[in-house]
Amino acid sequence: MASKAVLTGTHFMNGDEACAEGALAAGCRFFGGYPITPATEVAERMSRRLPQLGGIYIQMEDEIASMASLLGASWGGQKAMTSTSGPGFSLMMENLGLGIITETPCVVCNVQRGGPSTGLPTLVGQADMMQARWGSHGHYEIIALCPSSPQEMFDFTIRAFNLSEQFRTPVLIMADEVVGHMNERVVIPAEDTIELVERKRPTCAPEAFLPFRPEADGVAPMACFGDGYRVHITGLTHAENGYPAMEAGAHERMLNALVNKIKMNRDTIISYDTEYLDDAEIVLVAYGISVRSARRAIRAGREQGLKLGLVKLNTVWPFPEEFIRDLAGRVRALVMPEINLGQMVLELERCAGGRCPVRLVGHAGGAIIRPAAILNVINDLVKEAV
Amino acid sequence: MNQPATAPCLQHPQEELLRSDRIPHIWCSGCGIGTVFSCVLAAVRKTGLPLDDVAMVSGIGCTGRMAGYIKVDSYHTTHGRAIPFATGLKLARPQGAVLVASGDGDLIAIGGNHFIHAARRNIDMTVICVNNLNYGMTGGQQAPSTPFGAKTTTSPTGSPEEPFDFCQLATACGAVYVSRWTSIHIRRLTESLTKAILKPGFSFVEVLAACPTAFGRRNRMREALDMVKFFHERSVIKNNIDPREFPLDFKGPLVVGEFIDRERPTFTDSYALVHSSQLGEWPDLERQKPAAG
Ligand SMILES: Cc1ncc(C[n+]2csc(CCOP(=O)(O)OP(=O)(O)O)c2C)c(N)n1
Ligand code: SF4
Ligand SMILES: [Mg+2]
Repeated sequence: MASKAVLTGTHFMNGDEACAEGALAAGCRFFGGYPITPATEVAERMSRRLPQLGGIYIQMEDEIASMASLLGASWGGQKAMTSTSGPGFSLMMENLGLGIITETPCVVCNVQRGGPSTGLPTLVGQADMMQARWGSHGHYEIIALCPSSPQEMFDFTIRAFNLSEQFRTPVLIMADEVVGHMNERVVIPAEDTIELVERKRPTCAPEAFLPFRPEADGVAPMACFGDGYRVHITGLTHAENGYPAMEAGAHERMLNALVNKIKMNRDTIISYDTEYLDDAEIVLVAYGISVRSARRAIRAGREQGLKLGLVKLNTVWPFPEEFIRDLAGRVRALVMPEINLGQMVLELERCAGGRCPVRLVGHAGGAIIRPAAILNVINDLVKEAV
Repeated sequence: MNQPATAPCLQHPQEELLRSDRIPHIWCSGCGIGTVFSCVLAAVRKTGLPLDDVAMVSGIGCTGRMAGYIKVDSYHTTHGRAIPFATGLKLARPQGAVLVASGDGDLIAIGGNHFIHAARRNIDMTVICVNNLNYGMTGGQQAPSTPFGAKTTTSPTGSPEEPFDFCQLATACGAVYVSRWTSIHIRRLTESLTKAILKPGFSFVEVLAACPTAFGRRNRMREALDMVKFFHERSVIKNNIDPREFPLDFKGPLVVGEFIDRERPTFTDSYALVHSSQLGEWPDLERQKPAAG
């Protein structure tokens, strides 16, 4: 295999491999892995590719350790990532929280399978969406992206690194088994056309540096190991100087800073695409592999004369609240296909705020949503309206 | 962030390495951790390493608070996870020296799996364990170091379990440097820590220390000095012994000393070797460092 970081050209590869290539193109040089179906191919490719680029692949003893190793590597100045699926994602929740409170950039890709527990190791699921939002204890904001093709596994992984560096926070890629394992065309652009974001580093004198004082963009510069700032970083509630501060006022300041840096930059972070929205009366809101089911249903429905549209969520967290609220006031109904028995649809419902009916096309997991199942729900909606 | 300079005579001898703006510290009077901490600071100084190139990682517990008082890049992580965090930190910036400060519960109960694997991989780090025979921070519960029959809040009539011997464990898992001291062995401990920090590979230094507040008072060692006296009376120094032949025994003699000092390629050496195309085919291969270049 070539030993270039960016394999510019047209490839036929699966989503997991595209994710690994996206990470390398984004400058990732540390991967703390632990094998798990259906994410193993990400780790396997990284174990071959990283040493060629002077990077480190290390297989840790479990996912608790792999998540902890990413945080260490990030403070060591590297861009770091891991990949996993449900059981490993559960083990990562502890140190995901540490990453959030210590504002540590890193990327975790969850190639979702059916759960709970060991569930369906080889079959698809989209049921970790609320775990992505709230899986670690305490209150926080999170950024999560949902690729719907191998190409997006490449593109969104780069974006995940950029967002994590820009906002100094762990970023989740919530992929799924089908997107991870399907082989499709992946176009890797020329290296100089790929825009990369690097974390801000302090420039002031060490005595004047406050490692958790946000700048105007809500984000503080990060002093990594060896930069000469000799910072103290703790998972305890801390003041702007990084020192533990055990009182409610300090906690409020810190938590607001953590939440605000995401909230005030929502417009930069949130990404969605729309299709056929101009004349749409019923709009499908979908993410990940379910986007493909939705597209198919829309095409079939339009052939029947139904005015259907699509909102494809590229980022699921933060949720595009204002956009959905506005949309709900303009259409007859919103429908969400997702491979669980109702997760993101709760958020959709909340944001629609009763302005229009919201329907779930759910599936317990193990198979993708059939377009026919979507059309059935749509036809019921049409009948109800008559 | 520093307070205004105090008169030289009032400065702590390790002022340069101390976050003096964080003093007073949280440790109880008579706690052994403070003594160990002073030895760590002295050892870091003795290594002569540039201080910007030294990091300390800790987990959670009274011992883990060391990371909050040493003025180097310091990371107070989650309970038990200091070693995997330190693994990432070290591999991402191999030129830095990485110290891990951990309590017995943090290191060997919740963090036990990470400990054995980091020793096996021979990650270049120095792990300092303050073994106070219990979970101090949470008020004195049974730990994997609590001796059989010793009383804790969760073994009120005596622990029914046999403890781990940490030095045996570290030796069996492949640590290249293993020593055990008590908090009274200040000079030897400092020398041992200095050696451990400078030694490439996984070094382990265990320090038996008093926790009068949580452990001592339930085990007839209520005063800080009781445990110190106990160490003084029972400890015997034996260097270069196999810790498996001299298990930790509180009835005495309490064997301490520099047990293991051996050579083994570090993870970084081995990583370079396997990616150098100079490795033979398993199982007929020789372990050597890759030729330079
Ligand atoms: C996951 C998790 N479980 C439990 C705790 C509570 N806890 C804090 S410190 C500690 C034990 C510390 O004991 P040890 O590592 O021996 O350190 P010492 O305080 O004795 O120095 C425990 C159980 C925690 N912080 N995190
Ligand atoms: S509880 Fe024990 S270990 Fe913790 S500071 Fe007090 S004496 Fe030291
Ligand atoms: Mg302890």
